[in-house]
Parts: sequence; structure tokens; C-alpha cells
Amino acid sequence: MNNDKRTLSLEDACLEGLERFQNFAAHAPYLKSPEKLTRKLVDSLEDAVRLSGLKDGQTISFHHAFREGDKTINYVVGVLARMGFKNLTLASSSLMNCNAPLVEHIKSGVITKIYTSGMRGVLAKTISNGLMAEPVHIHSHGGRAHLIQSGELQLDVAFLGVPGCDAFGNANGICGHSHCGSLGYAMVDAQFAKKVILLTEEILPFPNTPASISQDQVDWIVQVDHVGDPAKISVGAARITKNPRDLLIARLAADVIEHCGYFEQGFSLQTGSGGASTAATRFLEDRMRRKGITASFALGGITSGIVDLHKKGLIEKVADTQSFDAEAAESLATSPNHIEISANEYANPNSRGTYCDRLDVVILGALEVDLDFNVNVITGSDGLMMGASGGHCDVAAGANLSIVVEPLIRGRIPTVVKRVTTLVTPGECIGVLVTDHGIAVNPDRPEVEARLRAAGLPVMTIQELYQRAISITGEPEPIEFLDKIVGIIHYRDGSVIDVVRQVKP
Amino acid sequence: MEIKKEALCGTLESNDLLVKVAPHQGLEVAISSQVMHQFGARIREVVEETLKQMGVSQGQVVIEDKGALDCAIRARVQTAVLRGCESEELDWRAL
Amino acid sequence: MKKLRRSMLFIPGSNAAMLSTAFVYRPDSIMFDLEDAVALREKDAARLLVYHALQLPAYKGIETVVRINPLDTPYGLKDVEAAVRGGAEIIRLPKTDCAADIHRLETEVERIERECGRELGSTRLMAAIESASGVVNAVSIATASPRMDSIALAGFDYVVDMQTQRGDGSELFYARCAVLHAARAAKIDAFDVVFSDVNDDEGFLKEVAVAKKLGFNGKSLINPRQIELLHKAYAPSEEDVRRAERIVEAAEKAESEGLGVVSLNGKMVDPPVVMNAQRILALAGITSVHA
Repeated sequence: MNNDKRTLSLEDACLEGLERFQNFAAHAPYLKSPEKLTRKLVDSLEDAVRLSGLKDGQTISFHHAFREGDKTINYVVGVLARMGFKNLTLASSSLMNCNAPLVEHIKSGVITKIYTSGMRGVLAKTISNGLMAEPVHIHSHGGRAHLIQSGELQLDVAFLGVPGCDAFGNANGICGHSHCGSLGYAMVDAQFAKKVILLTEEILPFPNTPASISQDQVDWIVQVDHVGDPAKISVGAARITKNPRDLLIARLAADVIEHCGYFEQGFSLQTGSGGASTAATRFLEDRMRRKGITASFALGGITSGIVDLHKKGLIEKVADTQSFDAEAAESLATSPNHIEISANEYANPNSRGTYCDRLDVVILGALEVDLDFNVNVITGSDGLMMGASGGHCDVAAGANLSIVVEPLIRGRIPTVVKRVTTLVTPGECIGVLVTDHGIAVNPDRPEVEARLRAAGLPVMTIQELYQRAISITGEPEPIEFLDKIVGIIHYRDGSVIDVVRQVKP
Repeated sequence: MEIKKEALCGTLESNDLLVKVAPHQGLEVAISSQVMHQFGARIREVVEETLKQMGVSQGQVVIEDKGALDCAIRARVQTAVLRGCESEELDWRAL
Repeated sequence: MKKLRRSMLFIPGSNAAMLSTAFVYRPDSIMFDLEDAVALREKDAARLLVYHALQLPAYKGIETVVRINPLDTPYGLKDVEAAVRGGAEIIRLPKTDCAADIHRLETEVERIERECGRELGSTRLMAAIESASGVVNAVSIATASPRMDSIALAGFDYVVDMQTQRGDGSELFYARCAVLHAARAAKIDAFDVVFSDVNDDEGFLKEVAVAKKLGFNGKSLINPRQIELLHKAYAPSEEDVRRAERIVEAAEKAESEGLGVVSLNGKMVDPPVVMNAQRILALAGITSVHA
């Protein structure tokens, strides 16, 4: 036995205040605990909430990768309501038709403030009609990343639903059974929330790779039956259309891309989630083959149309912040050149560089476009909120050419108006408007207009499009609003670009 | 023209309208529309003008509109009235 | 320059939504159907819908055709009233079997034009051949009236009358030729049959190629998607276009120099060749060689 044990003396001045080593697990007691490998696993969501120390008045956050199939948001808020929480701020990357149950929780005071990129259905209608005392804050995807990263909005607890993770919390959207594909939005929450609780359908063997959400971001893990139904992801805004009018618009949009001047080898593109936008990718294939060019990358919001072109070798890489359907999720899992990016890398203007900055052309939807090419994607013609800011203003700011597509008339409502009901994306970012009646080019892009005219496309002024719409439908009476503000629209840099007021009943 | 029986014309599809007419003392026109605020006044104007041109001064007319243009409104109202009057003859000058 | 009539889009006259929006597809002609696409109990409603739709400013730039019900039905005559008074350019008479059918229609049209003050003769007629009799009488039908605008072959009813069915096209061969010759002899236009499978682009294009080769001016279509396919198929090749441009340029040059004869590369170019070149440029969508 060695009796020559040295005892470390901490008497020297330079060691003052420093702690003496005790044993390898003194500050990491879990290393000696029987629960060393399972310490994050919690039996119930209630237990996880208690461990997180969530208090009334704090902020909870969610992602919306499961879109209309999401089950996590409603479930968690329901549990929090039963536990008696009040005055919580709900910060979700977006809210959908399926989130109608939140209305009850707002009425009973569980949720008193909301941050989101948009809302739909009953929830949107009820809030638009004055349900909440505080207006909702609408941020774009990039704007939300900025909001969270800067600390302006502090996320206390993030509840992130994933199809599968290991016992330490390494999670992605392509394992297990309910594949949602990219966890681009969740990645931001996982990085910046004070506490992160994963809700998972399956606990998988360690290590579960790739780790979109990493173990060193996760505090607790709760296993649940369902986090979301992937079959419902492409419901709502992301379906493939058969509508001849949408196909007409899609074809014209593809023509515009072909002749706009950015259609060269290595170009990059993004298509939005509306019917005509996603259909346009179908028409691009022929044009790309005829010219013998391929795209360097596609960004989005990724649909099966983009994946199809990727598989055919026409799009080299795919940068995915949200997978809009099963094909996109599957491609993310299997193609080495289909990569997942966070909302921060996608669109945050304050990040060190976004994919939006590198885009050549983007096809975007719209609810209204006005004579200055300003775009409204939030409020319908009845003044009620029904859509999402999404990545609209982000990509429009970064892309070389933004192309908005919409039918000139929806029902009896003209979509080209004198002044948008709600300003979300400023006209200075929009290059071209494509409708079924014709194409209008922003006067600040004369070179694009010249090219489109030379190609024989039906180009007219936006005033002509407006007149055409009015001559068919008649002039609509303007909507009247009360003074109360129900929504604050933030531009991607956080500044207020417009407000939504309550519609006069 | 006199509305002698109940009659229906049109559909509830987008860009169309459903028109119901029935015999009634005095003229009563009820309109509901998915674009009520923006075009409610215009729809009423077109309906009343059409009824006047056809010489209809009595009857109950109920309109359920799904964003129909003026031309469809006129056509559906005229057809419903003709069906309600059991009239085969069309006086083209009244249209 | 003769007007292009490649695509004639059928719109059911009872569909308010389609009547309110069909002009966006920009076919060469739009045909409002009051006959087969409309149920019996909706004939009255469709008639008035079409009457009003015809007057929409949005349709002013597109050729409008109305397919009426046959005159021996309770609907036919009323349809003619609606079509003439509504301002349709052409009335399509289904099941035209003989010249007398045209004469009967013509009489009614003239009467209505007088009654409503429409320019006499402004309503033209299109005969739809749907039976063996119609095919056999095609020449007398095509020349039955100065109002005759065109003659169309309607495949479905015709093959039923011929006791066969639609197949690879050989069942229509004689009818197509007869209708075409009658049209050309009478100096009017000819339209080919409807292709009903809207999901079969390949089959559609095969049929279009046949019709184009035979010389049909255009085809009846039942879905807006077919318009783009048809226009592309009817577009001339780049080589044809370049040659046509040279010919038209030479003709314009000769005219500006006051010369009576057009020559290109030392060879004389006949007037029919110049006209054909102009037709080719129109098909290619080029209105001036100096565009």
C-alpha cells in the first residue's frame, strides 16, 4: 500500500476561491446514479412540466412541421390547462386549422398572448373578431428566428414533438413512423429555449443519428402515442392541383422564369406552398431540359415536385426547412444532397448569412397585391386573418427575382387592389405578378419587362390588371374596421410594418 | 308577371347563386352572400332591377349567393321568375 | 389575314362558374353548349345564362359560338332567339343531316335579326355532321347558305349511326375526308372531332396530328388543358417559319416597290405561296416579320 498520499494544499494565493476536487461524480451525480442513462426520460408530460419549473405568465414554444396533422400543440396546451396554468404566452412557428381547440384555452385565460407566423380557420376568425385582449404578433420565419435569438422573446419551455429520439434526446424527423421530414423550425427553439421537453412517439437505440435536435439541447423526454399525423401535412396549402386555372397560372409562371434572365446553368429556385406555385415545378422540367441547364439548389418548403426534379438530376441540392409531403421527407432521409436547414440558416436577416440571400427566383402566393406591388398574405378580402406570413417577406427580400402568382379574381373578389388590406411584403421586393389574365412587371425592373415582352408573354401594367378585374366583378365596397388592433405584423427585422384591426361586426 | 308557385334556380357552387321565388303579398327580397359586405348592395340592385324589368311587383325572393357575377344573377333570377310564373313565353324586351 | 381557329373550347351552358371565367384560357373560339351538356330541366336556365354571358365585355375579343338544341325539340327555337339576341357570332346546329335543316335555321335567324335590329347576315352558321346522311349530304350542307361559316364532324353520334365505335381513327376516315372536301369546295372552315379522354395527352396529340395533316382548321376541345397542347401541335417548325418570313418579307418589299411580281432567290413566288406563308406566320404567333 502506498502511504505516500499527497494532500493538495490550496493555501497559495493564486488558488484562493477555487474548489477542491472531490470525486469524478461530485458535480455530475447522475454518473453514479442508476438512472444515468435514463435520467431524461419522464413518465408523463405533467412530470416534465413540473421538472421544468414552468410558471404562470411564461412563454411556451412549438414547431409546426406536422402542419394540419399536428397533435402536439393541442395536447400540451390541454395538459397545461388541466394543471391550472394561466397567462401563458404561446410562441409557435405557425398555427393551423387543427388548432381550433386553442380558442377554449384562450377564453379560459390559459393563453393570453400569441406569437406566430400565421393562423387559419376558427382560431384565426375568432381572434380576428376580438377574442384576445392583446394583439397576436405575426413574424416571418426569419423574423421569428431573429426574435428568439436576440432574446427579445425569451422561450421558457419548448415542447417539441418528434417521431423518434434516443434516451438522451438526439432527434430527427425521419426516424420512427410519423415522418415529418425537416425539423428546421424546431432547431431554433431547441437551441434557444431555456428548457426543452421532447415529446416522442418512439425511444430509439442510442445514438439516434442524424441529430437535428441534439442531446445537448434536450432536458426531458416524454413518450406519447401521437405527435402528429404525417398524412395531413400536405392538406391545406400544400396540395398538387388539377384545377385548369391554377395550371394556366403555373405555366405562365414557368414561362416567366424561363425568360426573366436568371434561367442559366446553376440557377437556384424556390416555390411556395400554394396550388399554382407547386404546379409550376412540373412545367419547369421541359424548359430546363430544352435549355440543357440544371439548378444548383432548391430552397423551401420542399414538395414532391422539387424532389422529382432532384431525382432526375435537374436540381443538384435541396435545402429543406420544412418538408411539405411524404416524398420530401423520404428524400431528406435518403438523398445525401437533400439537406435539412434551420429557420435561422433559411431566413434570419440577422444571421451570418441566409439561403434566401442566394436565391435567383422564387414563386410566391398572395391573397392581395396592390398597385405598388405590395403583398398581403395574412387577411382575406373580408378583413379576417386567414393566412401566414411564413417565409414570404424573407425570400422576397433576398431573391434576385420574386414572382407572385394568384388568380386575378377569387370568387367575385379582385385580388389586385388599390391598396392591400394588410401589408406583409413591401412592393420594392416584388418583381413580377402572374395572374390568369396576364402578367404585370414592377416598373423598377424594366429589363425583366423587356425580356418578357420580347418572349411574347401577355404583359400589361398592373393598373390594366386592376381595371380588368373591376370591369368583371364590379367595384367592391371597402371593409370597415374598429380601432382595436388584433394583430401586429412584424417585418423580418422585427419592425412593425402593419397592423390588423378588428372588423366592424 | 305574377309568381304563381314556388320555384328554384341555380346552385351553391362557387361563382353561382341559388334563387328561390314564392307567391307573396308585396315584394320581399332577402339576400345572403359570401361577399355580402363587398357586393351586397350591388347584388340587391341587380336583383331589384331584374324583377322590375320583368314586371314582378309581388313575391318572395330569397337569394343565396356564392360570388356570382351580375350576368349570372340576372339569368338565375329571370329563370326562377319564369319557372314561378309557369310562363313558357319569354318577352325578350323585358330582359 | 384569316383568323386563327385552331381551338374551339366547349363550355356547358348551365355552368355559371365556367361561363364567368372561361375567357382566361384564350382559345380561338368558345362554344357555349345548350345541347348535350345541359340536362333537360336546366335547358331554360342555361339559355338565359348563355344569353347574358355572351354580353360580357370579356368575351368580346373571342369568337363566340352557341350550340343550340335541334329545331324539332321544344328548346331549339328559343335557343336561337337567345343566341342571336345575345350576340353570338356563330350558331352551331347539331345533327345537321341535309341542306333543308340549314334553310330552316336560316329563316328563323333572319326573322330574329330583323326583330331585334341586329345586322342582317351577321349571325353565321356552323353545321355539325353527326350521321351518315350528314356525311353524304356534306357538300349541299356546306353550300346551303351564304351564312355558312364552317362544318364540324361530331364523332360520338356519328359512329353510333354507323354501327361501330371509336377506335384508331379509321372509323372516321371517310367522314373526315367528306367533311373536309365539302368545306374546301364551299370555301368554309372544317373542325375535327372531340377527344374525350382528358388524361391521355399522347392519344390526343396523335389525333391532332392526323387532323392537322388532313387539313382541318381546328378541333373541338372539352378541357382547357387541351388548348395549349393543340396550339403547340399546330405551330409550324422553325424552318417553316424562317422560310415563311423570307417569303413575306419579299412580298412586302415587292409591294413597297410597286412591283406586281414577287421574287425570291431569282424565282417567282405565286400569290397562294405568299398567302400560305402568312398563314404559317399567324400560326407561329408572329404578326410582323419586323417584330
